[in-house]
Amino acid sequence: MYDVAIIGAGVIGSAIARELSRYQANICVIEKEEDVCNGTSKANSAIIHAGFDAKPGSLKAILNVRGNKMMDALSEELDIPFMRNGSLVVCTKDQDKTGLHDLLQKGIENGVPGLKIVEREELLKMEPNISDDVTCALYAPTGGIVCPFHMTMAFAENACMNDVSFFLNTKVNSIDKNEGNYVLKVQHVDTNQEEFIQAKVVINAAGVYADEFNNMVSEHKLHITARKGEYCLLDKDAGHHVSHTIFQLPSKMGKGVLVTPTVHGNLLVGPTAEDVDNKESLNTTQEGLDSLARTSALSVKNVPMRQVITSFSGLRAHEDCNDFVIGEPDDAKGFFNVAGIESPGLSSAPAIGEMVASSVRDYLGLSEKTNFIAKRKGILKPEELSLKKRNELIKSCPAYGNIICRCEMISEGEILDAIHRPLGARSLDGVKRRTRAGMGRCQSGFCSPRTMEILERELPLTMYDITKNGGNSKLVVGINKEI
Amino acid sequence: MVMKQYDLVIVGGGPAGLAAAVAARDKGIQDILIIERDKELGGILNQCIHNGFGLHTFKQELTGPEYASRFIEQVLERGIEYKLNTMVMDITPEKYVTAMNREDGMFQISAKAIILAMGCRERSRGALNIPGYRPAGIFSAGTAQRLVNMEGYMPGKEVVILGSGDIGLIMARRMTLEGAKVKVVAELMPYSGGLKRNIVQCLDDFDIPLKLSHTVVDIEGKNRVEAVTIAKVGPDRKPIPGTEERYTCDTLLLSCGLIPENELSKSAGIALNRVTSGPIVGDNLETNVDGIFACGNVLHVHDLVDYVSQEAATAGKNAALYILNGSAPNVKTVEIAPEGGVRYTVPKYIRPTEMDDNITVRFRVGDVYKNKAIVTYFDDELISKRKRPVMAPGEMEQVVLSKKKLAEYPNLNKITICIEDV
Repeated sequence: MYDVAIIGAGVIGSAIARELSRYQANICVIEKEEDVCNGTSKANSAIIHAGFDAKPGSLKAILNVRGNKMMDALSEELDIPFMRNGSLVVCTKDQDKTGLHDLLQKGIENGVPGLKIVEREELLKMEPNISDDVTCALYAPTGGIVCPFHMTMAFAENACMNDVSFFLNTKVNSIDKNEGNYVLKVQHVDTNQEEFIQAKVVINAAGVYADEFNNMVSEHKLHITARKGEYCLLDKDAGHHVSHTIFQLPSKMGKGVLVTPTVHGNLLVGPTAEDVDNKESLNTTQEGLDSLARTSALSVKNVPMRQVITSFSGLRAHEDCNDFVIGEPDDAKGFFNVAGIESPGLSSAPAIGEMVASSVRDYLGLSEKTNFIAKRKGILKPEELSLKKRNELIKSCPAYGNIICRCEMISEGEILDAIHRPLGARSLDGVKRRTRAGMGRCQSGFCSPRTMEILERELPLTMYDITKNGGNSKLVVGINKEI
Repeated sequence: MVMKQYDLVIVGGGPAGLAAAVAARDKGIQDILIIERDKELGGILNQCIHNGFGLHTFKQELTGPEYASRFIEQVLERGIEYKLNTMVMDITPEKYVTAMNREDGMFQISAKAIILAMGCRERSRGALNIPGYRPAGIFSAGTAQRLVNMEGYMPGKEVVILGSGDIGLIMARRMTLEGAKVKVVAELMPYSGGLKRNIVQCLDDFDIPLKLSHTVVDIEGKNRVEAVTIAKVGPDRKPIPGTEERYTCDTLLLSCGLIPENELSKSAGIALNRVTSGPIVGDNLETNVDGIFACGNVLHVHDLVDYVSQEAATAGKNAALYILNGSAPNVKTVEIAPEGGVRYTVPKYIRPTEMDDNITVRFRVGDVYKNKAIVTYFDDELISKRKRPVMAPGEMEQVVLSKKKLAEYPNLNKITICIEDV
C-alpha cells in the first residue's frame, strides 16, 4: 500500500513527487512512457512566463507568478538551466494599443513586478530585429527561459534520491475506490502484464489524459481537449537573433507565435494552435510549419527559417473551464486532480508542486523527513570547468576526453553520466534530452550509431532492444542478409 | 596549457587531409600533424565499400577503403604524425588549434599553417522540415551506410528514399543486396542530384523507380515508420494536391544534399561562400585568414574523390610554400565571376603573377544542360568555348586557366565563366 500514487511523470507529476518527498510517506509515480518528461513537458515553449497574461485571481495567475518567483532558488538547488532574459509583448501599427495596456493592468493586479510599456525607439535598442511594424511593447523583466527536460528530470531525480519509486513503461488501465483507498490496475507496456497498486491518495497528473482518470472516480466530469502546437527550432547560429522572448499581442487573427532564444542558445519559433481529436497526434503539418514563418514575421524580421534544424509538435491539455483544475472532487476524497495544465503550466509547476504537496500533507497528516536531500546536481558539463579542472577530469575519467556528439561537443563521459544517474537514460532520445547529444545541427546523423554502441555496452540491452524513444521505436531490425 | 608547436596542422584525416599531408611532406615540410576525430584514418571512404573510386588517379576501380589505404600507406611511409580519436574544439585566426582526446586531455597547438579538411555532413530531416511524425526509422543515407557497412546492422526492411544524391543511390543498391525492399526513390528536383552511372548501376539495374519532381509530404508511425506519402511537385517545388501516393515502409532514408562542416572555420574568422557553404579561397586554396588553407568537401562538395585528392595536393603544396616562404606578397588578384548557369567557382579568385602554370577551376551548374558550351571571358573578350553534350548539377565541371595566357592580359579585371549556346 502506497500513501501516494502519482499518475504521470511529466513536469507536474515530478514537481509534486519532489515536494512530497520531503515527508515521511511511501510514494510512487506511474508513467506509461519509457522515460520521464515524455508528453506535454517535452514539447512546449520552454518559457517561464512572468504572469501578466492570466485572468487575475485565477489559479493560472496565482501559480504562475508564484512559480516564477520560485525559479531562482530552485534552479540553484536543483541545477536547472534557467535564465531571466525578460519578455516583450509587441504591438504592431495595425493593432490597438489598449490591448497592451489591458495586459499591463492585469499584470499589475497579478503582482508581476517591473512591468512597463516601451516605445519603439527604446525597443529597437533592446531588440534590433524587431519588425518594422511594431510600435511598442510590454516589457516584463521577470520573464525567463528554462530547459523543460532538465527541469522535469531535476524534480524526478531528486524525488528518486528521496525514495520515491518510479514505475516507467507502466500504464494505468483503471482506478477503483476500495474502503477509502484507491486500487489502480496497471499494465506493464513491455510485457502486457497487469498488476494492482493500492494507494491512500492518487494524484492525477496525466496531462491530456487527466480527464479520463478523473472520470473513472468522479461524477464531476472533466473534458480535456488536446491543443496541438507546432514549433521550429533553429541552429545556434540564429540563437542571437533576439535576446528576449518576443510574444505577439493577441488579436482577432489569433494568439500569434513567439520567437525566443532557448537556454541552450538556439532560436525557437512557435507554437501554432489547433485542437485535435487524437491525444497522440504529435505530427507536424505543412500548413503549420509554413504558418510559423509567416506569423513570426509580424513581430520579428528576417527570422532565418533556412536555419531550421528540427520541427516538433506538442499537445497542451486544455480543460473546458479554461483554468487549471487542482484539488479533490467532492465525491472522491483523496483523489487529487492536477488537470488542464496548459500554458503557463511549466512556469506554474514549482508552485503547483508546493500547493498539491501541502494539500496531501494535510490530508494524510504527514510529517517531515529529517533526511530530506534538497540538492541535486545535473550532468557535469565539462565546458563549464576551467582548463586545469577539465584536464584533471579527463585524467581521472578519460571518457570525458572522447567527444561523441560533434555538433554539441558532448563527451562520452556526459553520456555515461546520463545513463547511470537516477532514472537514467535507456534510449537515444533519453540520452539526447539529458545531454543534448544528437540535438545539434546534424540531428544525430553522426553520433547515433556511437550512442547506440554505448547504450548496448552499458545496459543489459542488445542492439535490437535499443530504441529511439521506448516501445517499438527500434533502430535496427536485423543483421545484414538476415531478412 | 601545454602548447605544442607544429609547422602544419591538418584538421581531418579523410581523403583530403591525407593527400594534403603527403603533398606538404613532399614539398619539404617535416613537422606535420593530422588530427582525426574517428578511430582510424580514411574518413567517410571507410564506409564506402562499393567500387568506382580512383578511376582518374590510379586508372583502377577501387573500393573506398582501398582508395583510402593507398593514401594512408603514403602517410605511413613518410612517417607523418597523426592523432586519432581526437576532436578539434577550436581554431583561432592566430592559428592556435585547441583539441581534445582521452590520453592528452585538452591541449593547444600553435601552427605555422593549417589545412582545413573536415568534410561535410548530411542535410537532416529537420533541416528539410518534412512534416509528419518523428518515429524511429528515419536515417540519413550516410548513417544507414555506416550501420550496414561498418556495424553490420540493417536499419530496416522496406525502404523509401528521399533525394537522389550519390549516397542515397548507393544505399538503394546496398539495402537491396542485403535483402531489403527499396520501393521508390523520390527526388524534389526535375533531375537527379547524383552521378549518371549511379542511377544506372544502383537503380535501373535493380528496377527501383526514380520519381523526379516528387517529395515526401507525410511520415506516419508513432514508434517506427509505418508509411511515407510522396507527392508530385510543381515548378515552384510545392506539392500538388491530389498527386499523393502512400508507400507502406519501415524506413525512410534521406539523401538530400551535403553541407560542408565549417563551424570551426567560422570561429577562425574565415569568410564563407553562400553558395558552397565553404571558405572563399584563391588559386592557392588559402582562405581570407593568412596561412589557413582548405580542401575537399569542407571547401565544396565534390562528386569524385579523385578531384578531392588533386585539390588537397594543391592545398598541401601551397601550405608548404607558405611555411617555407612566408605569406605571399600583396599582389593583384582577379575575381572569377560565375554567371549564366554556373553556380560558383573554386577558386573564387586568382593571382595572375603567383599562380601555378595551370589552375583547374571547378564548379557546378544549376540545371541540366544539353549541347551547350562552357565559355570563359577575360573581361569582355571570349577566351575559350568548350562544347559539352550534357551537364548536370550532380557532376562537377571544370575550366583550366593558364598563367601564360593570363600574362597577356595585365589589365584584366574579371574572369567570367558561364554556360552559353554552342
